[in-house]
Amino acid sequence: MAADTTPFPRGLFCLENTLHDVDKVLSLQPQNTISMNTKTYETVIILTPVLSEQQMQEAVAGYRGLITDNGGEIVHEENWGLTKLAYPIDKKGTGFYHLFEYKADSQFIKTLEIAFRRDERLMRYLTVKLDKWAIEFNQKKRNGELHGQKMEAAAKAAAKKKVEMEDEDDE
Amino acid sequence: MSKDSNFIFNQTPQVLQQKKYCRFKKHGIKYIDYKDKDFLLKFVNEQGRILPRRITGTSLKYQRKMSEAIKRARHLALLPFVADGLK
Repeated sequence: MAADTTPFPRGLFCLENTLHDVDKVLSLQPQNTISMNTKTYETVIILTPVLSEQQMQEAVAGYRGLITDNGGEIVHEENWGLTKLAYPIDKKGTGFYHLFEYKADSQFIKTLEIAFRRDERLMRYLTVKLDKWAIEFNQKKRNGELHGQKMEAAAKAAAKKKVEMEDEDDE
Repeated sequence: MSKDSNFIFNQTPQVLQQKKYCRFKKHGIKYIDYKDKDFLLKFVNEQGRILPRRITGTSLKYQRKMSEAIKRARHLALLPFVADGLK
């Protein structure tokens, strides 16, 4: 097959024929980590609620390791904990949500998603490439600079002030 | 519009005044977050269906982004595909 003549490992393109090669692909280190295809991605995974808190942390740590070992750089992480689902998945009503925002090579996403599909602890995953507006939005959200967040903060501050004023009145 | 055309189309001046606008363009929102389910709920009806542009007034560009965000949220079980009495 022509796949052998391409510069890429076979497993990355012929998934069904070479499932036994997946382990090789997973352990494959990128040839040059400074690639032209480095982009920012965001991945949300939903883990089964069957896991204990520690098992969940282990699974997350596994994927964190997978990202950093393959030349990725984690920008941000969020754990939403056990969250209720809008509809049942695999007959389960809740799930552990975890979010990674990272810079990685575009080839790495295939490796990561193969790992996701093979993992039975995982119920759902979604990987999204972030454009410049999305990166800006996420940065602002982290710093609490969004319009909605500002309004909330202002409302909270006002409420706090009011309480203090009332306290003073009591004295 | 002249008084005559109002008469023909049976439109009261009050209806003409309430012009719909695209809230994304107005507030300069460039990115719609698919994880913010409370925000996405504004663009969905009680059954969880995406509201058409002619009701929300969203411009085509942001309607596309909005529907993408809602579909992503549905995949992640943040929003339901079908529901009864969402609001």
